[in-house]
Order: sequence, then C-alpha cells, then structure tokens
Amino acid sequence: MLDRFLRWETVLLVLCVGVFAVGSASDGFGEQSNIAFLLLDYSEVALLAFALLPIVLTGEIDLSVASTLGFCSALTGTLWDAGIGFETIVPLVILAGVALGSVNAVLVVRFGLPSLAVTIGTLGLYRGLAYVLLGDRAVTGFPENYRPLATDSIAGTFVPYATVLVLFVGAAVAVLVHKTTTGRSLYAIGLGAQTTRFSGIRVDRIKFSLFLLSGGLAAVASLIYTLRYNSARADNANGMELVAVAAVLLGGVSIFGGRGTVLGVATALLAMAGLRNVLFLDDVSNEIQNVITGLLLILSVLVPVVFKPRRTKDAPLEPSVADAERRTGADPGGELRRDHQGV
Amino acid sequence: MQAVSALTAKVPPLLELRDVHKSFAAVHALRGVSLALHPGEVHGLAGENGAGKSTVVRVIGGEHRPDSGVVLVDDAPVGFSGPRDAQRHGIAVIHQEPTQFPDLTVAENVFMGRQPVRSFRRIDRASMNAKAAELFESLGVPIDPWRVTRGLSIADQQIIEIGKALSAEARIIVMDEPTAALSTVETERLFRVAKRLAENGAALLFISHRLEEMYEICHRVTVLRDGALVTSSPMADIDRDTLVRSMVGRSVEQLYPEQTGEAGAEALVVAGLTRAGVFADVSFSVRRGEIVGLAGLVGSGRSEVARAIFGVDPLDAGQVLVDGERLPLGDPRAAIRAGVAMVPEDRREQGLILDLSIERNATLPRLGAVSRWGLVSRAKERSLAAKWADRLGVKRRRLTDPVATLSGGNQQKVVLGKWLATEPGVLIVDEPTRGIDIGAKVEVHALLAELAASGIAVLMISSELPEVLGMADRVLVMHEGRLTEELSKEDATEESVLQAATGGAS
Repeated sequence: MLDRFLRWETVLLVLCVGVFAVGSASDGFGEQSNIAFLLLDYSEVALLAFALLPIVLTGEIDLSVASTLGFCSALTGTLWDAGIGFETIVPLVILAGVALGSVNAVLVVRFGLPSLAVTIGTLGLYRGLAYVLLGDRAVTGFPENYRPLATDSIAGTFVPYATVLVLFVGAAVAVLVHKTTTGRSLYAIGLGAQTTRFSGIRVDRIKFSLFLLSGGLAAVASLIYTLRYNSARADNANGMELVAVAAVLLGGVSIFGGRGTVLGVATALLAMAGLRNVLFLDDVSNEIQNVITGLLLILSVLVPVVFKPRRTKDAPLEPSVADAERRTGADPGGELRRDHQGV
Repeated sequence: MQAVSALTAKVPPLLELRDVHKSFAAVHALRGVSLALHPGEVHGLAGENGAGKSTVVRVIGGEHRPDSGVVLVDDAPVGFSGPRDAQRHGIAVIHQEPTQFPDLTVAENVFMGRQPVRSFRRIDRASMNAKAAELFESLGVPIDPWRVTRGLSIADQQIIEIGKALSAEARIIVMDEPTAALSTVETERLFRVAKRLAENGAALLFISHRLEEMYEICHRVTVLRDGALVTSSPMADIDRDTLVRSMVGRSVEQLYPEQTGEAGAEALVVAGLTRAGVFADVSFSVRRGEIVGLAGLVGSGRSEVARAIFGVDPLDAGQVLVDGERLPLGDPRAAIRAGVAMVPEDRREQGLILDLSIERNATLPRLGAVSRWGLVSRAKERSLAAKWADRLGVKRRRLTDPVATLSGGNQQKVVLGKWLATEPGVLIVDEPTRGIDIGAKVEVHALLAELAASGIAVLMISSELPEVLGMADRVLVMHEGRLTEELSKEDATEESVLQAATGGAS
C-alpha cells in the first residue's frame, strides 16, 4: 500500500521539479521576491487543504472552508470597523471559525447528513452571512504592526512569516495523520467506518473535531488573507474551496477516504503554486490558467486509473480460489452446516 | 449408477466437462475436472472453500473459458463467448443472492430483455403477467407477478430466478449455494421446485456446504479438492465419513474439542435487556470458563442482543454487568475497557477493514497499548500484531499486506487475534466460523475451548446447531426477541433447541 503512495508522490515530485524547471526559464522566476510571492500566494489554499485532508481521509468533505474564510474576513472587518483592538479580534475570529465548523459537525455527525450536501449548503449560507455583515463594502487600514506578518519575509531570507505558519500547520497535520492513534483511526474510518466503530473507536467524536479544526484553520487563513490584501471583504477567497479540494485530490488523496498523505498534498500545493506563478509570469490569462489547472486535476485522477492493472502483483496469498470466489460476492454460508454430528 | 440414473445412463448428458483446466495467474483453480450432467438428475458438487466449485460454475455459466479441456452441450463441444452465449445454450445459473431490479415487478424481472410484445414493440403486460403467473403456478410457488421485487425474501428471489431460467427454456440449471441464506421451510420449498425441474427433464448442478441437503436431493455427487476431481459417485454409494474425508483430504477426527474448564464466577450478567421492537427482557449470565451458546433463528434477535451488550447498538432498558461492574450503555469503548470483546457477525463490514494491513487491523481496538502520548510506536504495533498472528497461525506473507489478501479462515483469525490482543475477560463471538473452511473451523473451535479453559467467559452465537451443541456448556434459545429456553449440555439436542427456537412448547 505504501509503495503505491510513494509512487504517486514521486510522480508529483517530478511534476513539481518540472514546473520549477520550466519556471526558471521565465524572467524573474528565481528571484527571492518572486519565490516569496509564490509561497504567500498559496498560503491560504494550503491551510484550507491541510484542514480538508483529515476530513477527506474519513470519507467526508467540507466545501464550506472558503466561505468560512470569507465570513471570518467580513467579521474581522466589522469588528475592526467597530474599533475593537486587533489583539481581541484574532481569538474572536478563530472562535467564530470553530463555531461555523461546529454547525457542519452537528449536521453531519449528530444528524448523520451527507457532508457533501451539508457543506454545499453552508458554503452558500456562510458566504451569505458574510454579505449580511459587510455588504459589498471593503474594510481596510489594518494595523501596520500586524500586516508584515502576512506580507513580509523573515529578515535576511526569502521565507515569508506566513509560510512558516503554513509549514507548522502542515507538520502538525502530518503528525496527527501519520503518527497518532487518531491518525490511524482516520484511515480506518475512511476504509471501514462500521468496523472502526465496532473496534471501540469514537468515530463520531473524531469526525466532529475534524470539522471544528477545519473551521478554526479557515479562520486562521482568513486572518492571513485579510492582512495580506489589507482588505476585509465578503467575497474574499470566493471559490477557493475548489482550489483546495483540487490540491487534496492532486495530492493523491482518495475522495472516498482512507488513502492519501500529507507529503502528497504538500507536493501538490507546491506544484500548483509554482504552475500558477509561471503562468502568471508568462502573462497567460486567468482563463487559460484555470484550463491548465483543471486538466492537471483530471489527469491526476485519470493516471492512477489507467495504470491500475499493474496492481495484480497482489495475488492471493494462499494457493486457493477462495479469493476469486470471494471477489464475486459468493460468500459461502458456512461449511458443513449441521452435518457433523456423526463425524 | 443408481435408480434414477439407470434410465439416464443411456441418455447422453445435457452438459459435460472433459478434463477442464483453468488457472488464474499463479493459482491453478481447476486441474482436469470432468463432470457430466444428465437430464432428470440432480448432481451435487462438494468441496471446501477454494476447491474450485465456483470456478466450475463460472466455466459452465460462460464467465470463464477453460484453459484446456472441453465443454460439451448435447455432445457437441461449445466455446461460450460469455454468459449470454451460455444462456442461449440453455444454461442458467441461480446465485446464492440473486440480483434483480428491485423497482421492477416480478414479471418484468422474469421477462427482462425478452418481454412479449404487441404491435409497435409495445410490451404486452397482460400476457407477460399471465405467463409469469403460469410459470410460478407450475413451480408450485405462488408469487404475485405484479408486485415489485423489492422486499421479497431471498428465497422468493431465487424462485424468480428459476422462473426466469425456465421462461428462457433453460435445461441445465446450476444452483450455487442456493440454501445458504434460506430457512428450513424455504429450503424445503426450493427442493420441491428442484425435484420438479429434474422430473421434467432438466439437469441440475447443486452446490451446498450442507451435506445433509446433498443426501436429500442429489442423485450423484462430485467432490473437488484443490481444483482436482477427487471422486464422483452416486449419492447412495458414499457415506458421510467418506464424503467428508474426500473433501478435506484427511479424516476429521474430532470437530469439537473436549471442554475441560470449570465454570467460575459470573463474568457477564445481563438483566432485562430491551430494545423496542427487537428484543425484550433478556436476562442471562455467563461464567468464567464457560461457553454459553445463544441459539435462535435468523431474526430472533440474537445478534442484536450481542451488539447491544457490546454497546454498538442502542438499548432502551436493562443493564449489563461485567465482573460486577455496571457498563455504561451504548459505548463500545467502555465495554472494551471493561474487558468485553466481540467478534461480529459480518467479518467484512464489522470485523475487518479489508484494505487495511493485517497489523493495522490487529491493533485497531488496542491503539492505546501501542502508543504513548497518542503517538503510535511502529515497533509496538508490529510486535503486538506479530504476537497474535503467530499465536493463531495466520498464514500471511507480510504483516503489512491488506487483510483482503488472506483467505476467509485466516481473516477470521485476524479478527480473533485483534480481540484477543485486548485481553478480554468476556468474549462474544457471533457466527465465528461462518464461511471458513473445515480446517480453519476446527482450529477456531479448539481456540474457543482453550480460551474458555483459560478462564474467559465465552458467549457464542451460531446458526449452526451442531456447532452450538458441540461447543456450548449451556444453550440459551431466543425466539422472536425473547429468551425462551435455557438448556444444559445434557438437555440440548437438535430437537429441543429447534423446538424452542421456533416457538414450540417446551
């Protein structure tokens, strides 16, 4: 199983290197300011993708992440407008994000509704609430002592502060997913929720917390977004959920749950950020950029399907036909039922 | 040949396999199987899981082409291009669990693709329904052709499949474990239909794990082992011992181990368990060192009681005590902590995660034991899994292989290992040997006896009466959601248990 992931991540890495190689031909690609811009440009997407990954591993989805970001941004603007200090706004906004996540969580976990439907609903709902707060106004003038955190690089390097945060979140998610007992449970839920429940794992509780985490991370992303553009608007990050989902899928995470790695998602993010940057530098229009990203995504799900037959090396272990019989669903109802008394 | 086939001996077989070989990658599924199906004869096909029975079915049904050897229909060699081609040659396969269009009517399912038509190719519903009704009449099973198939029992669906086969004028009918999911009454009805088909000149191939049924309905039996033909004989000329020996390849000395354990203190006590509409007022106890059988028909509430005790199903009333401590209801985690383990009924959906590796499956209920501060230790994970895989003799290549690559018996051992790793004091096993072959079955039985002897309280649910009678120190019987009888080992006989299970006066 692991080899297969590694293979996909190798493909991604090659893609990534390819993008950057092509990029280096473009004017100004290699400059520190451009690399910093490239990284910053994808910091919110990366945070949303890292929030999505554990959810998708369990076989659920959260499409409301970008709308949560939008709402949190609008809330930041409203509070700032009302003269509240930024130190107070940060925890309030994160709390608001978690609260929005908890609405998803309650609907999906407590009421057992399909997360796809629920979060498409809240995608509209949260964006709508953002407009209720701010209308089509933009709030600007965020404090100069905070803005550099979202725009500047660490002195003497090309690494933006925001990227450090993204890396930290990525690492934390990697530990959660790959090293902890909860991580083990995530994969188990995605591949067999019922068995997981029968194994004494609190499936509902885990899913619930993932939606809270997702809301919280979207709120953090909203703070970066708002400070980076020095603009709080209701339509901030409109449609970004699709970019984040694309990164997750391109990263080799199965939409059905149970398969995928943080490394894969991280590599996919880097490749997508690089690609976008290259296309931007080469003056490729936004529309064509979308076309290319779209094709890449389709390719990413197509390639593993096309090359699947190679997997037959996983032949049944015992020299029996039991496996072949089992695959057809002809479950033998038990051997020699009630026959053996005389044996 | 025996009585019936005395006549048919001169009649050429409707279908014949001659020296058929078939391999899948490295697995040699069939090695020179020959088989002749005569009109008017019910031919039994016996063998353990993996012996190649299903491959034979698929070769006959046109799903697989033999690598070598020939298939003859009416003495003429045929090479089926696919299932449809086989159907055209008069072959029909009735599966254990038929697949039908649930939202179409019975008649529509029967005549799917062959609907009688009026002018302009409009479907002639009236004649279709009349024909279907006639068909079921001739089978002696009245099924309303107008109703949709959704909600029909598996038994009825099989009859519909048979009707479909007859309407397509099938003469060679293969029944692949048709009785596995049927009740006794339904099985008898199916047998009446099968006998009628044979009397009308059809050739039947009947596959079942239940030897009793073979003796009841088959004229002839062919035994496969490891893909090869072991023996083919008139049913009357082969006794059970010989039949079992030829299936297993050795004699099964003793299927059920001697119980040695002495019953100790009560480890599991349940009182007044009630779940509205499912079961009511169920009370019993299981002592340390004791195996208690919980018997009852499918649907009597046995499994539901077990699941409720373990906490994966809700309870409306009642309490569960483990070693005298009251268990919070509806919390499997708490149950596991208290030392309860459950090997569930459905291995693939509840017992295992097929795509996950052996080690990850094995440690799932014990993640706490292989981790520190929530971080999983790979070494501990591996050693815990290896310990139980070795102890139970799970045949595997690597612990990192998905459990899906294991045979049914080995999968069941992984489930057992996964739960034994939690060091339970109470072990609930629901159909512990369903769908595993006889060798693995003996091992599972020995293991359960050994566990009981070591002081574990075992509650065993099984649909196989001999298993319950052979293993249990006490038998509890459920009927329609109520515990109706408790029998000691001495009093528990097939008759007494069945009587209680069907609600007969005791």
